[in-house]
Amino acid sequence: MNSGWVVTVSVMYLGLLFGIAYWAERSHRTRRWVSNPWVYSLSLGVYCSAWAYYGSVGRAFTNGVEFLSTYLGPTLTAPLWWIILRKIIRICKVQRIATLSDFVASRYGKSANLGALVAFFCLIGIVPYISLQLKAISTSFAVLAELPRTEELTSDLTLYLAIGLGIFVMLFGTRKIEATEQHEGMVTAIAAESLVKMVAFLFVGIYVTFGVFNGFGDIFTQASHKPALRKLFTIDPNGGYGTWFWHVLLSTLNILLLPRQFQVSVVENTDERHLNRAIWTFPLYMMVINLFVLPIAFGGALLFQNQTVNADNYVLAIPLYFDKEWLALITYLGGFSAATGMVIVETIALSTMLSNSVLMPYVLTQPTLRRKIGPNLGRFLIGARRISILLLLVAAYLYYSKLAGRYPLVSIGQVSFTAVAQLAPAVLGGIFWKQGNRYGATVGLILGFSVWFYTLVIPMLAEAGFFPLSLNTVGPWGIELLKPSALFGLEGFDRISHALFWSLSINVLSYVLLSIRLPQTSMEHNQAILFVDIFKYSEVIESSTIWRGTAYIPDLQSLLSQFFGKERTTQLLERFANENEINLNWQRASPQLVNYAENLLAGVIGSASARLMVASVTLEEKISVDEVVEILKESQELILTNRQLRQHQAELERATTQLRQANEQMIRTDRLKDDFLTTVTHELRTPITSIKALSEILQDNPELDMEQRDQFLSTIIRESDRLTRLISQVLDLEKYESGKHFLRTETVQLAEVIQEAVEAVHQLALEKDVQLEVSLTEPLPPLQADRDKLMQVLINLLSNAIKYTERGKGLIQVLLRRSGDQYVLTVADNGPGIASDYQQLIFDKFYQAENQTIRKPKGSGLGLAITKKIIELHHGSISVESQPGSGARFTVQIPLLKEVRAEH
Amino acid sequence: MMKILIVDDEPGIVMSLEFLMKKEGYQVYIARDGAEALDIIHQEQPQLVLLDIMMPSVDGYEVCRQVKGSDLLRQTKIVFLSAKSKESDIEKGLSYGADLYLTKPFSTRNLMAKVQELTA
Repeated sequence: MNSGWVVTVSVMYLGLLFGIAYWAERSHRTRRWVSNPWVYSLSLGVYCSAWAYYGSVGRAFTNGVEFLSTYLGPTLTAPLWWIILRKIIRICKVQRIATLSDFVASRYGKSANLGALVAFFCLIGIVPYISLQLKAISTSFAVLAELPRTEELTSDLTLYLAIGLGIFVMLFGTRKIEATEQHEGMVTAIAAESLVKMVAFLFVGIYVTFGVFNGFGDIFTQASHKPALRKLFTIDPNGGYGTWFWHVLLSTLNILLLPRQFQVSVVENTDERHLNRAIWTFPLYMMVINLFVLPIAFGGALLFQNQTVNADNYVLAIPLYFDKEWLALITYLGGFSAATGMVIVETIALSTMLSNSVLMPYVLTQPTLRRKIGPNLGRFLIGARRISILLLLVAAYLYYSKLAGRYPLVSIGQVSFTAVAQLAPAVLGGIFWKQGNRYGATVGLILGFSVWFYTLVIPMLAEAGFFPLSLNTVGPWGIELLKPSALFGLEGFDRISHALFWSLSINVLSYVLLSIRLPQTSMEHNQAILFVDIFKYSEVIESSTIWRGTAYIPDLQSLLSQFFGKERTTQLLERFANENEINLNWQRASPQLVNYAENLLAGVIGSASARLMVASVTLEEKISVDEVVEILKESQELILTNRQLRQHQAELERATTQLRQANEQMIRTDRLKDDFLTTVTHELRTPITSIKALSEILQDNPELDMEQRDQFLSTIIRESDRLTRLISQVLDLEKYESGKHFLRTETVQLAEVIQEAVEAVHQLALEKDVQLEVSLTEPLPPLQADRDKLMQVLINLLSNAIKYTERGKGLIQVLLRRSGDQYVLTVADNGPGIASDYQQLIFDKFYQAENQTIRKPKGSGLGLAITKKIIELHHGSISVESQPGSGARFTVQIPLLKEVRAEH
Repeated sequence: MMKILIVDDEPGIVMSLEFLMKKEGYQVYIARDGAEALDIIHQEQPQLVLLDIMMPSVDGYEVCRQVKGSDLLRQTKIVFLSAKSKESDIEKGLSYGADLYLTKPFSTRNLMAKVQELTA
């Protein structure tokens, strides 16, 4: 393929990456969807670098299924992330830690030296790994463009590529001065790259498996006929299992400790809960991307039996062999994205380490240098980070052009892995073992690293001609026991397992022994507690301050403004002052403010540098270890007490509210009862008044004529009846309301009851010359109901209707029909109607009680209330519709088949 | 002849009051609600009104207020006859200028004595 074409595509792809990152940064400001668990999980895919993309096939070709150990570690231990990674994330958020070196430095008493050491080792370990990515790109480029030799043209190309990536990282990785801030654009681009490389690898895998061969079965059957390939199917029992253990351990540690993994999984984490998704999706991702590694390795081995094609390049070589140039281009882009993703994230992580853990502590301890830089340390820091990025890429490029060409991808990757594994005792010990101290961590790291260097790097350098080769074969000065590949006579391991065994053992041993033997400083002890018991203390830390001494606000202010600028500093301080009710005009700074300032700085320059800076403007007093624990305990108790206090207060408030509600309810009930009594009394007084007056008249006037006597006496009797009715209604209602009233059910034909009720009010209707129309449309099924009570309801509704219609003009329509499983009975009149305000109230007893001066003509005011109760006992409902001036329509609905409460 | 207006919407009560007043020789007018009562008062200017309070439309208090507030009608004696028997109701009635407040049920003998007093 034309190499210009490949260059164009590569540049276009980089442009796309810029576009995605730019778009994500932009849209992040308006929508927060960029920080979601899927993007987070995919960004973890940066683990699969070009080494995985090309190298896995190469490794499968030489060692068979052993390549899987790189993925088995993370897969097997993913559930543990919930314990380990979540803890690291929480610690970093609380302590504002943005790099691994700062993590280690911070844990061991904010030790600048330890931080610099970690950063240095990471640099040594990782730069070859970055150059490996550059190598992968240039090799794949050469294969794709079918260049005869790798070095000439591609060497320059690699340099340009390194510069292009550097620009990307500078643009999207150093936008904000706070290293703890997330880089949404970069993370989204990385997530997109994870998708690209997976899809590309699947494409080529499917093509090889199903296009070139006839599926998995075909490839494996053919491969098993070749003796050289057959052994790749199995694990070599001679030391093979040991190799597996060490390699799985290696990948387990690296998924946590690689600077780029730390960057995406910890620093860029926006929500601890995203881990839940990543714990199962990330292993799934690794499984999918490795699905076709073996078929491609075997396929390539079968196709290129007699040719010298590097197995690392099979993914590209196979499509090219069959002239599938497009597929080869897609495959190339997959590898390109794997490499660029890794380079981008790793460079950000390392440059932050360099600037925060190496450069800043150095600058801060050199007064002359600091004076030269001037007051704007923030700009200096960003500049330093950008230069670090370039330096890193240049270093990687130099390593590539001088050394990397001579090794297969896998060996450099694993060497880097082994270097990074040295951080394990200090990091993992640091979050689970309070006693682990800085001597143990430092010596462990140095010794572990030295052993790594001796057992892995020296032999490589010797092979490259920097040392006599005899060093590898017979040992230095001919001492067999010191042979780098078989230290102290340990043989039978592969190089990586051998190196890991020795370096890690010595590292762990030194860490543990020195930690037990030597004491911790108070700062160390403090940090140890905060790290190990992070979940216990994470809310305390903000509020507890383990600092004592003298500090002045203006000093802190000028310190902060060196990084944040005047405006932002004022903002930050004012916010703190507001939240903590501190007056910024006071000269003396409170320990909380000192703590806050240090924390802000830590987010920018790392905890060790922040410590140095704050110490430079304050006068500190020593705090003993016991005091530290005491302070933490106190703040925790304070928080607990506060919480309990708040709880009690809330309970008290709840109780008060309930009490008030109960009281209000009682008052309301009381008033209702009072109203009811008043109304009942009033209603009783009216007939009694007539009875008494007429009786007195009869007594005082014996001479009255027969007719008048008769009139008075029948009025007395009528009023007495009214009195009796009223009393029994009141008692009735009381029974309904207290639930003591039960129905006497029988099978009732509702139509018959209506007829009877109409007959009962017939006389009344005649007297008022009211027309009564009854329509019972269809024969309806009988009803289980209390016949007498239903009769009472109907008579009440009908007599009400008659009562309210105008003499001679009244028209009352009664309609019974069925609607679904309901009887629907309507009684409509053409009387004056009911104002909407009263339509609900009329079903209350004595509804006029609320407005005593308005009384409906006649009636006790209890009829509708009792009617409603009876209907409710039949599980039905009653309502009224009315337009004032054009009559009222009462609608009763009773369910057909409902069981009703039988009388006891 | 002395004119007396009975204002009530209870037929039994109207019946008894009408009998009692006629027996004393008064000329009796009857109103079933407040509005009707005001019409008659303006037209006939009775010396005394026996006034119920709770009535549809215009209530007894309002009738009293209007009568006692009018220069022309102020001399009209007003006797409340009401089932409202709370202290506050009585005070309210008297505050509108009523001459007497009797609670139902009342004694006919007592009522007659008071009416005679007021019309003397």
